[in-house]
Amino acid sequence: MKPLARYALPLLLVLAVVASFAYLQLEASALLSREGVGQMARYAAAFFSPDLSAPHLRAIAYGALETLAMSAIGTLLAAALGLLLALPAAGRFGLIAKAISRLLLNALRAIPELVWAALMVLAAGLGPNAGTLALALHTAGVLGRLFAEALENTPSEPSEALRLAGSGRVGAFCYGTLPTLWPQLVAYTLYRWENNIRMASVLGFVGAGGLGQMLYMSLSLFQEAQASTIILAMLLMVLTVDALSGWARQRWVRS
Amino acid sequence: MLNPALPQRDPAARSRLLLTLIALALLWPGLSLSELDLGVLIDGSNAQTMGVFLSGFWPPAHGAEFLFLLGRATLETLAIATAGMAMALALAVPCALLATRSLSISAVSRGGRPRPWAQAVRWPVRGLLIILRSVPEIVWALLFVRAVGLGPTAGVLAIAITYAGMLGKVYAEIFESVDPLPTRALIGAGGSRLQAFAYGVLPQATGEMLSYTVYRWECAIRASVVMGFVGAGGLGQQMDLSIRMFAGGEVASMLLTFLLLVLLADLFSQLLRRRFV
Amino acid sequence: MSLSGVSYRHANGHVALRNVDLQIAKGERVALIGPSGAGKTTLLRLLATHLQPSTGAFELLGCQPWALSVGARQKLRSRIGLIHQAPPLPARQRVITAVLAGRLGQWSLGHSLLSLIHPLDKQGATEMLGKLDLADKLYERCDQLSGGQLQRVGIARALYQNPTLMLADEPVSAMDPVLAAYSLSVLSREAANSQATLVASLHSVKLALEHFPRVIAVRDGQILFDKASSTVTSNELDTLYANDQLDAFAPFEPTPGQSLHIPRC
Repeated sequence: MKPLARYALPLLLVLAVVASFAYLQLEASALLSREGVGQMARYAAAFFSPDLSAPHLRAIAYGALETLAMSAIGTLLAAALGLLLALPAAGRFGLIAKAISRLLLNALRAIPELVWAALMVLAAGLGPNAGTLALALHTAGVLGRLFAEALENTPSEPSEALRLAGSGRVGAFCYGTLPTLWPQLVAYTLYRWENNIRMASVLGFVGAGGLGQMLYMSLSLFQEAQASTIILAMLLMVLTVDALSGWARQRWVRS
Repeated sequence: MLNPALPQRDPAARSRLLLTLIALALLWPGLSLSELDLGVLIDGSNAQTMGVFLSGFWPPAHGAEFLFLLGRATLETLAIATAGMAMALALAVPCALLATRSLSISAVSRGGRPRPWAQAVRWPVRGLLIILRSVPEIVWALLFVRAVGLGPTAGVLAIAITYAGMLGKVYAEIFESVDPLPTRALIGAGGSRLQAFAYGVLPQATGEMLSYTVYRWECAIRASVVMGFVGAGGLGQQMDLSIRMFAGGEVASMLLTFLLLVLLADLFSQLLRRRFV
Repeated sequence: MSLSGVSYRHANGHVALRNVDLQIAKGERVALIGPSGAGKTTLLRLLATHLQPSTGAFELLGCQPWALSVGARQKLRSRIGLIHQAPPLPARQRVITAVLAGRLGQWSLGHSLLSLIHPLDKQGATEMLGKLDLADKLYERCDQLSGGQLQRVGIARALYQNPTLMLADEPVSAMDPVLAAYSLSVLSREAANSQATLVASLHSVKLALEHFPRVIAVRDGQILFDKASSTVTSNELDTLYANDQLDAFAPFEPTPGQSLHIPRC
């Protein structure tokens, strides 16, 4: 019985993988056929001569700045909203508030950014505003939950002592809890910014502005050369933000 | 015993002031570029449109035919994620083996740091992995949809490529983080790199590798749904169609199914990880 | 202030104070002494209005604290300064901010928030720290200080608050005897200068008798004696600190140096 149980799980996993391929009826033969590969190769080749003309680069620069702004402002808003929701979610205002805020945070983060963006485009119209709001809402859910956990792990004696010395609630929180909480807030926020710059690039696919919107249009119009420049720009931006965020975390979040 | 105390300059004042100024300086262009307008969330006419849209959410569609379609789309999403991860694994493991410093022969005699040229040779592979994971998977999905047509194939390929990058990088780091002594001993005794890997690194690394892979599989499920919006099959593609047709009830059902799917995948992955680690 | 018939029972049923009757006039300096677990900390926290008495009448600074509204009680609390045995200071906070936090009850919200980022009253904080010989640590982080230094920061914070009633719970327990005597003398002098009432609980009977004109002895939640320091006899001290469970004769000056729990992040 024992050897069977040991191999059962890996066997099941292998079966699951095989079943997946079978279900999708991935026509491996069609993919790897001469014409299939040829078609992909031709399509790929079109990307190897990126359009580097000045007007296109200017447009990309503007799109990149727009995307950067979307990700930064969206993440900042999310941090503020997340902190606000983290207070009740950590139990500071009683059990009912805790349940409601946790539910809200879970709802915000369960819906993917792209779906939020589609909904925001409906509400706010096309353009980067929809993208910023979508990022803010989704990330608020993620950050709110992380902040709430961090808050629960922070000792409450300092702020209680201040409160019992006559301080207001906000003052007690800022002088008593915030100093200990701050490095974690910054670390999580920077970490999410890395993710949000990737998402901000693609929210444009549903019309939320930025480089994504440009890319979608170029691909729809079969302008591969322009599209490849945009992809290169996206890549560059992601790498830059990753580097910046890593540097900032190193410098300011020393434990 | 009392020191005559003169207030010294606050050492943190300068950097805080600088930071505040930079933040303010960047805030204005940031706000204008992102065209942030929180008012739209509470605007009257927008609220009405949203209200009409949201009111269509109830009741969620539950006709038999629709539920059958929903079930098939969900299975398709699961299949896309699993098949994509399998392909990503197949790609990631060789790349990780090539990129990791733990199998470097020149490192054995230098206490763990390979010779400069040996490090340089590994950079192209590391660079490739970085590029693969830095381009968002949905961009790959869009490209593949254009290349091979609508449907799950594009999704599988997109996940395979992006996640190969993620898995490859993390695997390489896991290989470097386990105890290097057994591996170095095996290489030093004349074993080949693959042998040293199989007997030295793999036994220690398996738990972490599997744990991370299962976690990524869970992310892949969410990514598959999102990629469906650009035509890569599964639940996402159906949701995109329903949104365009303003079929609120169908969107509601699909959102609920998606939430349920994510929850189950989360539980399943926790179960698997506990078993492996 | 006055307490009459005051008792306090903890949530777990343990009765910490039994029928305590106490009168302290404005400007007095009183020391609380007694064995560990006698209820000194509970009494101080009760006086600071952190704990509500289970029974009895309690009057403080001309009003009944527990008959007030929450807002009025908060205002009352800003006039009371409690010095903790283990100062509740966040590890990464700088000393200057920790000291300035003493006046949070008196500042507006805007002032508090601004002072968090850029300390506005450097002069005031330096002055207080200077009295305790810590002015050179103005910009250090709290986790870089020793236990005795942290206690002095706690005292400086209370001094900065400039309260009408100062309560100190073992304020010098982590300091060496010379420093402890010095800090206590600073505390007494400041209280006398601002005509504030000072009540301090102390481990060391020697320090209590030297620095405070009036001594209250607490044992098992009740007041054993309440008299002027000069009239305390060693018999009374023996009765106070008598411990039936110890085999050897317990010396009437228990060694200080409890382990301090410094809150770490």
